[in-house]
Amino acid sequence: MLKLTIDGKTTEVPEGTTVLEAARMLNIQIPTLCHHPKLTPFGGCRMCIVEVKGVPRPLTSCTTPVSEGMEVTTSSPEIEDLRRTVLELILSDHPNDCMICEKAGDCTLQELAYFYGIKENRFAGERRVYEKRDGNPFIERDMEKCILCGRCVKVCDEVQGVEAIDFTYRGFKSKICPPFEKDLKCEFCGQCVAVCPTGALTGRMWALRGRQKDIKEVDTTCAYCGTGCNITLHVRANEVIRVTSKEDKWNEGWLCVKGRFGYTFINSPDRLTKPMIRIAPKLSANSYQLTANLFKEVSWDEALDYTAQRLKEIKGKHGPDAIAGLSSARCTTEENYLFQKFVRAGLGTNNIDHCARL
Amino acid sequence: MASLATIFGSGAMTNTIREIEGMEVIFIIGSNTKETHPVIANRMLKAVKKGAKIIIADPRKVPLVRFSEIFLRLNPGTDVALINGIAHVILKEGLNNREFVIARTDGFDKWKESIESFTPENASKITGVPKEDIIKAALLYGGSRKAGIFYTMGITQHTHGTDNVNAIANLALLTGNIGKEHTGINPLRGQNNVQGACDAGCLPNVYPGYQRIDMPMVKKKFEEAWHASLSDKEGLKSTEMIGSAYEEKLKALYIMGENPMLTDPNIEHTRKALGKLDFLVVQDIFLTETAALADVVLPATCFAEKTGTFINTERKVQLVRKAVDPPGDAKEDMWIISELSGRMGHDMKYSSAEEVFEELGRLWPALSGISYNRIRNHGIHWPCPTKDHPGTEYLYKAGFPRGRVSFTPVKYIPAAEPADKDYPFVLTTGRNLFQYHSGSMTRRVAQIEAHAGEPYVEINAEDARKLGVKPDEKIKVSSRRGQVEIKARITDSVSEGTVFIPMHYKEAAANVITSDALDPYAKTPEFKVCAVRIEKTA
Repeated sequence: MLKLTIDGKTTEVPEGTTVLEAARMLNIQIPTLCHHPKLTPFGGCRMCIVEVKGVPRPLTSCTTPVSEGMEVTTSSPEIEDLRRTVLELILSDHPNDCMICEKAGDCTLQELAYFYGIKENRFAGERRVYEKRDGNPFIERDMEKCILCGRCVKVCDEVQGVEAIDFTYRGFKSKICPPFEKDLKCEFCGQCVAVCPTGALTGRMWALRGRQKDIKEVDTTCAYCGTGCNITLHVRANEVIRVTSKEDKWNEGWLCVKGRFGYTFINSPDRLTKPMIRIAPKLSANSYQLTANLFKEVSWDEALDYTAQRLKEIKGKHGPDAIAGLSSARCTTEENYLFQKFVRAGLGTNNIDHCARL
Repeated sequence: MASLATIFGSGAMTNTIREIEGMEVIFIIGSNTKETHPVIANRMLKAVKKGAKIIIADPRKVPLVRFSEIFLRLNPGTDVALINGIAHVILKEGLNNREFVIARTDGFDKWKESIESFTPENASKITGVPKEDIIKAALLYGGSRKAGIFYTMGITQHTHGTDNVNAIANLALLTGNIGKEHTGINPLRGQNNVQGACDAGCLPNVYPGYQRIDMPMVKKKFEEAWHASLSDKEGLKSTEMIGSAYEEKLKALYIMGENPMLTDPNIEHTRKALGKLDFLVVQDIFLTETAALADVVLPATCFAEKTGTFINTERKVQLVRKAVDPPGDAKEDMWIISELSGRMGHDMKYSSAEEVFEELGRLWPALSGISYNRIRNHGIHWPCPTKDHPGTEYLYKAGFPRGRVSFTPVKYIPAAEPADKDYPFVLTTGRNLFQYHSGSMTRRVAQIEAHAGEPYVEINAEDARKLGVKPDEKIKVSSRRGQVEIKARITDSVSEGTVFIPMHYKEAAANVITSDALDPYAKTPEFKVCAVRIEKTA
């Protein structure tokens, strides 16, 4: 263990802990842009600079490991001045369109600009202009909002193992893009979207569906594969408009393309909304054809009474084992329990299974 | 899953996903983890960063191969020979865990005899994997005591799927790689709540919690709990239901949220079978291919519209919360079932899903300690017998439920329908990253459709060259059961003589072609091997 003092508070941390991590353990806030707790430190944005006694210049706290007896100051007029300058430089090359930005209200850059009260900008001048080249349906890249923090590059490499993007060019021309500046061709897991601190990367399907206001967040479990990632549904006016995942859940906030972007089936116009009874003649075995006039819509009472009556008839005539129930691995445990209980106790047969084998 | 349960007493993953991070060796056989369980693959990559080595055995060069130490590209359906070959080397090199075998297993000597013939040379001949690679894999897996095995349908969807699972279990027993943290046998479950559906008793031979229907004491317990007299007779498995309907023995079928018209083998057969039923009820959120055949269609709710639990592949019970109201008159499945049950004379009165969960917990001790309140932030792994029990991360810490576990001698039996002169290619089916199962959900997501909305067959570049097939050219793939016309995707991810079709696409449904040959025990269809012919359409 190493002992250090941050803003007058003394603590002990394990070897290898960074100054930033130590500060966060003490609940001392240091502003960051490029740092992400699940990714390797970068030290790119220079927002997290601190003063260390005995060191003549500021150090980036995210990349500086704690050493014994260190005395750290996280805020001073000089440090805050430097941070403000960094922010001004970033903002001098950033579109001022928060009012229509998808990320407004959940943007680290916007938040820092707010806390540092940056309204005018000393460095206004030349701006980078990007040509949009994306046709992919999942990820919107608004590269003029990119602050080159590199989180997306790191997550794609370190977490996803895909390495679809990287830094190219140098200096003012620096940008992050796929090989040869083409469109994204990747797994579309959206991990990059999840870690982007600005509006540079967003879900294309989120556009103009709602931001932070009037959003209800509901924590639930993904309904696709058996991994069971924890997800948060963002709901506005009875519609799921976005899916995210929280970092403190077991899946660490990581999702796949289906979990993150595969939710719009919920509001599909194809959803069944009324019970239906067949009116078309019972299909002969070989003439299967999907037509619009197969069914008539009925009330729940009619549908359920009819179903119960037919099942009773068949049970009476052929016995309970002439009936079977096929349950669903897509439904909840409780529904499955009730379904098998109905088949066993209500119908009187053990003809109950689900799709585990398929 | 059934076969794993027969051996150990439970068919679930013995480790948790978290434990993957601490594994030294990750042996993935018959699982395209990066595409079918992407976030579990993320955890595997994390393990690799910490120094873990990955072994992959698969006929296809799946995406995770890029991160593997050893890739064993075996011929489809030869898993038993490969695993026995690996066991043979482990034994010959003395890497077996003698203490574990003596203390916790039976039948070792008999099993040992059974693998004598599986020398690396012989295993190599059958599997097509170079013998050096078999040896290398054996040294790696056998040399570690923190080695996890991962598999999915690539192991189970064979006529000898049960044998495959037995062979895997033997390998774990031989090395003692089970019952400890970071080491075990892990079938990754394909669907969000397969585990929960099994746990809840949606199986024809067991009540909730795998309690057998043929044990009088158990039956009595459930009769008392449910106030009903129950049947002694083991029920039909899903694949048998279709067969029974075809033979006109089964008269009525009530399907909740399943689409056998796309997911069952030999679609033409399934269609005829469902057509012969006197009465078919389908409860779903969409008018699926199966629902279109129904007499009654009941509109149900999706996961965002109801409260309950899903139990994931690592036995973790997690909450599902209602976020939006269902469309139109669609109703929660629980309500529909209860209403129908009441009309059939068996009353079901529940005020909430939580009440149902509590009833299940009273009937199965593994869930007794779990309540909705306890899992409001983070799920709990069963078994969790009491309210103060933290849940169980890895299984069999204190031994196997049945005491000692037996080695099972496993012979290599070729697939039911090998390639031949008329049908010279082997078709293997599976899933891709973007679509999900029968596609009733993902194919209605416009973005996914735009990106991955078209069916395709993967064919090796050399085969394509011989047949004169160009990229994206439509070709005819036919078997003894049916044919599809489908775009060719030329790739080195399948080897010569093998083609791959993802199962998701109704317009070129792989299951028109697949064989309905079943594993004799688990009744799982052989989706991973059937013989096909490839022809140009023009």
